[in-house]
Amino acid sequence: MKRLLDVNNLRVGYKIYKGSSKVLNGLSFTVHEGEKVGIIGESGSGKTTAMRAILRVLASNAIVESGEISFKGKDILKINEKELTEIRRKNITMIFQDPTAALNPVFTAGDQLANVIKYSGIIEGKNIRNEDLKAKSLELLKDVALQDPERVLNSYPFQLSGGMKQRICIAMSLGTARDLLIADEPTTNLDVTIQDQVLHLMSKLVSERNLSVILISHALGTIRGITDRGCVMYAGDMIETAATGELFSNPLHPYTRGLLESCPKLTGGGFSKGIRGHVPDYLDPPSGCRFHPRCDHASDVCKREKPQFVGDSDSHLVACWLYNKR
Amino acid sequence: MKRFSTSFGVVKAVESANFQVRRGEIFGLVGESGSGKSTIGFMVVGIYKPTSGKIEFNGKDISMPARKRSKELKREMQIVFQDPASSLNPTKSVADIVALPLRTHKICNSKEEERTRVEELLDTVELPPQDFVLRRPRDLGGGERQAVAIARAIATKPSFIVLDEPTSALDVSIQAKILKVLVKLQRELNMSYLFITHDLSLMRNVASRVAVMYLGKIFEHAPTHVFFQNSQHPYTRMLLSSAPVLTEEEEALKPKEVKSTGEIPSSINPPPGCSFHTRCPFVMGICKTKEPKSVMTESEHYVACWLFVK
Repeated sequence: MKRLLDVNNLRVGYKIYKGSSKVLNGLSFTVHEGEKVGIIGESGSGKTTAMRAILRVLASNAIVESGEISFKGKDILKINEKELTEIRRKNITMIFQDPTAALNPVFTAGDQLANVIKYSGIIEGKNIRNEDLKAKSLELLKDVALQDPERVLNSYPFQLSGGMKQRICIAMSLGTARDLLIADEPTTNLDVTIQDQVLHLMSKLVSERNLSVILISHALGTIRGITDRGCVMYAGDMIETAATGELFSNPLHPYTRGLLESCPKLTGGGFSKGIRGHVPDYLDPPSGCRFHPRCDHASDVCKREKPQFVGDSDSHLVACWLYNKR
Repeated sequence: MKRFSTSFGVVKAVESANFQVRRGEIFGLVGESGSGKSTIGFMVVGIYKPTSGKIEFNGKDISMPARKRSKELKREMQIVFQDPASSLNPTKSVADIVALPLRTHKICNSKEEERTRVEELLDTVELPPQDFVLRRPRDLGGGERQAVAIARAIATKPSFIVLDEPTSALDVSIQAKILKVLVKLQRELNMSYLFITHDLSLMRNVASRVAVMYLGKIFEHAPTHVFFQNSQHPYTRMLLSSAPVLTEEEEALKPKEVKSTGEIPSSINPPPGCSFHTRCPFVMGICKTKEPKSVMTESEHYVACWLFVK
């Protein structure tokens, strides 16, 4: 498989009142063409920061210290505004967590969808007729299984339910993406039955169009449901990556294990004790492996040095000193 | 029954719900947003008054708002809310927050006694008192805040607690810890919980009996092990089949014949007959006109669906 996106040693921090925080701590990961990658991490682990860095839509107080984000051979962090706009128009699209905040409340869904279609340039030619825009909008809404698309086009966001709004956002992103779709917790605000529908729909449409996807979630079950490969993030580091089935059946990193054990199961069996402590303060993050203060297996080397990815093959990699024999 | 008046009309938040919570048990109430599960919890503790119908506690009618309830009754019943960030007073210290119910109910006789009791309470929810008494809610993590809310709820030694989605704002690693504390306390203090959640996997592990709500009505109601092995209502099966799971064994438990379709209709104008008929794969003529009564299909297992009415 060809590499589509390569994130290498990315370091991002934020300037805040108390000083500068160090969030992404040399993050590296790869997305191949046509691959569905899931990124798992608890709140505050830096998932959203990483995704926003890819599209260069970070908050104004963010500082990209170092690293490279290579997309189709171009370093996104170095290209000029014009090239960046082209990538945002045509190559990478993003679905945000909160559809209510992603849609403009004073324009109808139809207007917003038409704008996105025009901007993306998926309809060729200089003078795009309104009828064509409308036809395309209707087509996209039908793709996301919205009933009564005509009515939805003429509705303002407040007249639609959360599930419908998120489907509109998915329609916008899917309809215009040509390479990569980033979905940042797309179903967190939705009810389980609606979440199930939206995820399956997304997965189906993405496969049909042979897109690559990065799906971010703190809900492990959603990642397991629709991705090919899972990556686990903790405190700004990627700590484990493997084929999704392998990751869930044979987790290696103590954090991944703890996370999986913490989830209550439909089959019963009670609860594990969880993972003690909490995500570190990014103003003064722990040295070495950032997980060591919460880890039951921590030794001296964990406190001194950050572990690198190791593994038997390229398919299952883990960054932990337990597996790093020197 | 509970109705709310809005500018759009009357919302029937809870239309009919019959269930009993037994002494010393955890009763689970599952439903999606808008099903009325929180409204039930709020009525039980007296935040709302039922429009009609009756709530009994230890055999006494308590279908009145909290301000009309006796102090003793309020001491017996407590609630833990979903979002600990908004249920704790941001200007008070942890010690003050936990001590407030002690003062309101005049439980402690002296300042010293109060201080020891607060420390004891923080200990039981696994917050080391010396580190926490002086901190304020803004200095706490989500899990720690919820632990404080729990300490406050158990301060009056209640026999009944409503837990309204107590862990849905928390990360899984923290959720496990809080649930452990809750289950441990329930056993040690022999309390009853009305546990409200949308998460079926969680329910499986805490509740002894479970009820499923949809648009203000209870659709199915059974002991937990029966509920998960032999669920019958099509809506329950849809919920189960939509639940995100982590292992193959769990996958095997999920019903395959019911795929999730449609959305919850508005409760201002719910569909006639069985309110689920707009999404039900097994819909029949009668479902659209007449509402099914709850029938017992096996011991302690109640289902409100025309498929099971003989």
